[in-house]
Amino acid sequence: MTLQQRIGKWVLSWPPLVYMVLFFLVPTLIMVVAAFRYPGDYGGLAPMYSVEDGKVVWDLTLENFQRLTEDALYFDLFIKSAGYALATTLACILMAYPLAWLIARSPKRYRDLMLLLVILPFWSNFLIRIYAWMIILGPQSAFTRAVNWLVTGLGFEPIQLLFTPFAVIVGMVYVHLPFMVLPLYANLEKHDMALLDAAQDLGANAWQRFWRVTWPLSLPGVFAGSALVFIPALGMFAIPDILGGTDSIMIGNLIKQQILDTRDWPFGSVLSIMLTGGVLLIAALGAAVARGGRKRG
Amino acid sequence: MALLEIRNVVKRFGDFTAVNDVSLSVEAGEFFTLLGPSGCGKTTLLRMLAGFEQPDSGAILLDGLDMSRVPPEKRPVHTVFQSYALFPHMTVRENIAFPLKMAGWDRKKIDSQVDELLEDVRLTQFGQRYPHEMSGGQRQRVAIARALVDRPRLLLLDEPLSALDAKLREQMQIELINLQKEVGITFVYVTHDQGEALALSHRIAVMSHGQVEQLDIPERIYSHPKNRFVADFIGQCNVLEGTVKAVEGATMVVSIKGCGDVKCSTVPGVVSGQAGWLALRPEKIKLDKELPDLPDEAYFKGRVHDCLYMGDVTIYIVEVGEGVLVEAMLPNNIPGVAKFFDDHDLVEIAWRFDAGSFLTE
Ligand SMILES: Nc1ncnc2c1ncn2[C@@H]1O[C@H](COP(=O)(O)OP(=O)(O)OP(=O)(O)O)[C@@H](O)[C@H]1O
Ligand SMILES: [Mg+2]
Repeated sequence: MTLQQRIGKWVLSWPPLVYMVLFFLVPTLIMVVAAFRYPGDYGGLAPMYSVEDGKVVWDLTLENFQRLTEDALYFDLFIKSAGYALATTLACILMAYPLAWLIARSPKRYRDLMLLLVILPFWSNFLIRIYAWMIILGPQSAFTRAVNWLVTGLGFEPIQLLFTPFAVIVGMVYVHLPFMVLPLYANLEKHDMALLDAAQDLGANAWQRFWRVTWPLSLPGVFAGSALVFIPALGMFAIPDILGGTDSIMIGNLIKQQILDTRDWPFGSVLSIMLTGGVLLIAALGAAVARGGRKRG
Repeated sequence: MALLEIRNVVKRFGDFTAVNDVSLSVEAGEFFTLLGPSGCGKTTLLRMLAGFEQPDSGAILLDGLDMSRVPPEKRPVHTVFQSYALFPHMTVRENIAFPLKMAGWDRKKIDSQVDELLEDVRLTQFGQRYPHEMSGGQRQRVAIARALVDRPRLLLLDEPLSALDAKLREQMQIELINLQKEVGITFVYVTHDQGEALALSHRIAVMSHGQVEQLDIPERIYSHPKNRFVADFIGQCNVLEGTVKAVEGATMVVSIKGCGDVKCSTVPGVVSGQAGWLALRPEKIKLDKELPDLPDEAYFKGRVHDCLYMGDVTIYIVEVGEGVLVEAMLPNNIPGVAKFFDDHDLVEIAWRFDAGSFLTE
């Protein structure tokens, strides 16, 4: 490499680096530092240091982290949130896979239109769409009444849909479904049809063709979609707020509460660090599992 | 009974007829080739044999059984696809084991059978590799091993060598012949390369526009093409327009347009006055400064019009009569001499009467 090329490369690597530092590293560092500070008297943060007799005195503490370990509630809530996010991700895979497959297999001229329909909900406001579910799942809705007609017909007590974990998962699946459909479609669309012909020619029935060829080759799409669904779902607070009951709050609700209601920013930061750390841990585990799966073939 | 019988098979796509009333049969153990130009319906016919397409009419019988209701996965027929279609997420071993797994073999039997096939195609050390880690020729061999591993009744090969370079193709041809002899499985081979077809096959069906033009052993396809299409398509061939002047038992006299009378073998059913063409292979034509005018040979004087140096041979295009061009071919058997004649040289050409064949269509 000539010197010029080296300088060129070095210069070209700057914009992404600056971007990462500015929009990822700096906010994260602010959050991490905030976790060691005291809350301000009226919310926000207390000064990080004070000057007494010309000497700098640091006002930093580990108390916020201790609080986390004092009450098992926080850890339980994190596990529960992970459960919600996992259920949402699995439901999204089950629902998005057939849809993505159908779009990928339909005539080229319809595909763009169908993809447009998939992302069409994004054109209306997020909260309005969630409130719409509040109506659909509400006790007076035709849907709820139809469900309860069935349930009572079978001899059970009528059930409530709204303000339950079920409503939260319905809302989260609804909101995140396109994030699963798009990467799956991008993957399935690239599959070489000759492979399915070959599998069939070599004796594989329809189920074996799916399980032995289409599914393993679509795993990168499944993983990409899962990451796009699981991570935002884990931190979600608006949907549990609106559709969930008192028992279906998630870690995101708690963080929001600390930051906006209790105005305890340091503890909110501690919880956020736990959430980010948890996501990284799960992502690392997922990557390890994926790599192991690939090795075994 | 023939292993494979194709009876009056027709396949249309919309109002386009891709395969038009094809009937032929393939014997067990045969290396049978479908040869024809691009778009003549070879792949379509092969896909019907594999079960991916259904004939619009006609029947396909394997071991005497009608295949029309048998789906591809249930036919004892495997295909080697032009693109190989190896499973990219499986190792070579897993690819080859695939048909056995589908057939529900137990693990131990699968392992020993796969080992045997790896040895057959000389890939024993490559079992743990993935297809993208292999060369084109190696992938080709994996595809063949995978299709042979559970001993199908019939192996279909759709232009399996077309993606390889010339040198490798030749080597793979030899391997294919040996492999077919070794395993004794019937091959139906599709190609548009006439050299490949002649080199590999026991019998060849030459196709054009969805129809079989001629079905015969390679020697007869080459030396006795049935019509102008086959003569033109297989190798180099002079096709000289002419009319039958007289039929005298085993020989007949044909008057070549713009050139003169020559004798050739009688074609059954041809009558005096019939128009047609005399097909003549360039290598059957003698060419020299001076040639004797023998009683059992056609003989003409001419002038060299063009020379094409091909390395092993040189093709001389000789003008005999007005505007009649005849290609003759001489081996370059003297070191350092690229051609024996130059443009505009006066030469004489001759060929034995039985060297040419008269075509009526
Ligand atoms: N599914 C299809 N729909 C419409 N037309 C088709 C279809 N499959 C093949 N054809 C047409 O049928 C004709 C024969 O096709 P086929 O693939 O059998 O040719 P081929 O002899 O294998 O040619 P090549 O040497 O180029 O592979 C072609 O003109 C092709 O356009
Ligand atoms: Mg073809």
